[in-house]
Amino acid sequence: MQDKDKTRRKVLIGLTSAVGLSGLPFAATPFIAAWNPSAKAKAAGAAVKLDVSKMQYGQQIQVSWRKQPVFIVRHTEESIASLDLALPKLADPNSDQIEEPYRGLNPSRSKSPEYSVFSGVCTHLGCAPKYFPEIEPKPWDATWNGGFFCPCHGSMFDIVGRVFKGVPAPTNLVVPPHMFDGSILTIGEDKEL
Amino acid sequence: MTEIAGKLFTWINTRLPIVNTFERHLSKHPVPSKVNFWYLFGALAAVTLIIQVVTGIWLIMPYSNTEEQAFSSIEYIMRDVDYGWVIRYMHTTGASLFFAVVYLHMFRGLLYGSYQKPKELVWIFGCTIYLAMMAEGFLGYVLPYGQMSYWGAQVIISLFGAIPYIGESLELWVRGDYYISGITVSRFFALHVVALPLVLIALVFLHLVALHEVGAGNPEGVDIEEHLDDDGVPLDSVPFFPYKVLNALVAIGVFMTVFSIIMFFFPEGGGYFIEMANFQEANPLVTPDHIAPVWYYAPFYTMLRAIPDPLGGLIVMASAVAIFFIVPWLDRSKVASIRYKGIYSKIAITMFGVSFLTLGYLGTVGVTEVRKTMSVICTIIYFAYFLLMPIYTKYETTKEVPERL
Repeated sequence: MQDKDKTRRKVLIGLTSAVGLSGLPFAATPFIAAWNPSAKAKAAGAAVKLDVSKMQYGQQIQVSWRKQPVFIVRHTEESIASLDLALPKLADPNSDQIEEPYRGLNPSRSKSPEYSVFSGVCTHLGCAPKYFPEIEPKPWDATWNGGFFCPCHGSMFDIVGRVFKGVPAPTNLVVPPHMFDGSILTIGEDKEL
Repeated sequence: MTEIAGKLFTWINTRLPIVNTFERHLSKHPVPSKVNFWYLFGALAAVTLIIQVVTGIWLIMPYSNTEEQAFSSIEYIMRDVDYGWVIRYMHTTGASLFFAVVYLHMFRGLLYGSYQKPKELVWIFGCTIYLAMMAEGFLGYVLPYGQMSYWGAQVIISLFGAIPYIGESLELWVRGDYYISGITVSRFFALHVVALPLVLIALVFLHLVALHEVGAGNPEGVDIEEHLDDDGVPLDSVPFFPYKVLNALVAIGVFMTVFSIIMFFFPEGGGYFIEMANFQEANPLVTPDHIAPVWYYAPFYTMLRAIPDPLGGLIVMASAVAIFFIVPWLDRSKVASIRYKGIYSKIAITMFGVSFLTLGYLGTVGVTEVRKTMSVICTIIYFAYFLLMPIYTKYETTKEVPERL
């Protein structure tokens, strides 16, 4: 075979392979897309509503949104005022390291000064931290001022879900989109965002 | 009658290389004449793989892969299916013992340099098998949809979330839902019973074909191919049948005894084989107080916990497994076996073994300050064993390896 023919053959093989390979992403699309959340899963993950006016002061309740715990805490004025006490322990008091939808709006980190709304999923590896509101020495912290403690790997958060320094969790607990309509709290949706 | 059978056999054999393959890979396959008990774990791993495949097929039949039914179908297998409990406990015991024999098999490789030229590919296929087994074990553990299934999977899938930029969407894509739901369970089921077993069996095939091409090693590190008889068979070898087969049968007998004792008397393995929290159905809203992996992942889990940053933890954990793949190029020693290596190699492998076991222990207990420091130290020793290998294997005095086995 002549050199010219060899070159021509190489070009043709190259072109044919390129055209063939360009089909690969198309062929792969259904297989990859089938792993996305289905319409049913998305519908089950829609926003939830609840009335928070019945909550006691200092009480924490847990709501399930997308089957993940969302913590709601109702604060007294004193507990909001005492938030500064925890400041030296906090790693990121102003939530600079995460996307925070309501940054700087209220000390409670939510759209209401009285309530905190944040995800109950530890930012380390997804366990659910537990609420210990008592101001008393704890095995994990001798100067405990109330807050959340994760039983899995010992991460600590204050009562508005801000992470302590030197714990495995890298960031504050995440605030989900939410809105208040009077005392009706909607989690998972915010028309103003 | 025998004549017809003989003719039929010849007819087949001229079309399919039965006798040839059988003789080449089984009956006449030459193996080193002197090996020790460390060389039995490969055969035991093969036996365990067969047990896992057979019991697995039987478990698929009554198991249900939905969120509502998964947990109760396991109860159903345990209580209502005749001998269902035996089949399930065979599968769970098999999983733990599979890892046990594979860990011993891998340690044999490190002891006697079973990765050295020309066995690099045998070693790499082996490491890939181990990787596939880890994935297979994890996916299987999620299927009963108990508390530890759920929260273990939560921790592992969150690891994907630690990857910058794409992490969160990757997590959602892997789960196919906003939490570990029936959707996740059923896709893990498909991977656990079809995709990964196919991969595993293909890899085992490659592992064996590559091994038979280069020949098995021995504890002396002697190259038996150097001295051949007139037929080209190594002088220091014996045929696989009957020498190796009968040998292995004794080992299999002992192994089956241990297997049965665990299966019938200690199927939960004291909470290390099946964790107690997994006797409760998954509850996405309540985390168990103490999350620990099954024992065979524990060393790597400890490393993950020892690093404060999730991405850093993920990288360290992945490197701990990945580093096995490059061992053939880290060992610069002139000799293969630990018997002829120098004192540094002996100290190094002892410290590695101790640190690996300590990491394993630490992964199953809660965190305290002292244990955290210990995990960091053991992680450093673990990596030092590999990363310093090019230095200590090159500059130590080795003993002279004999010519013959």
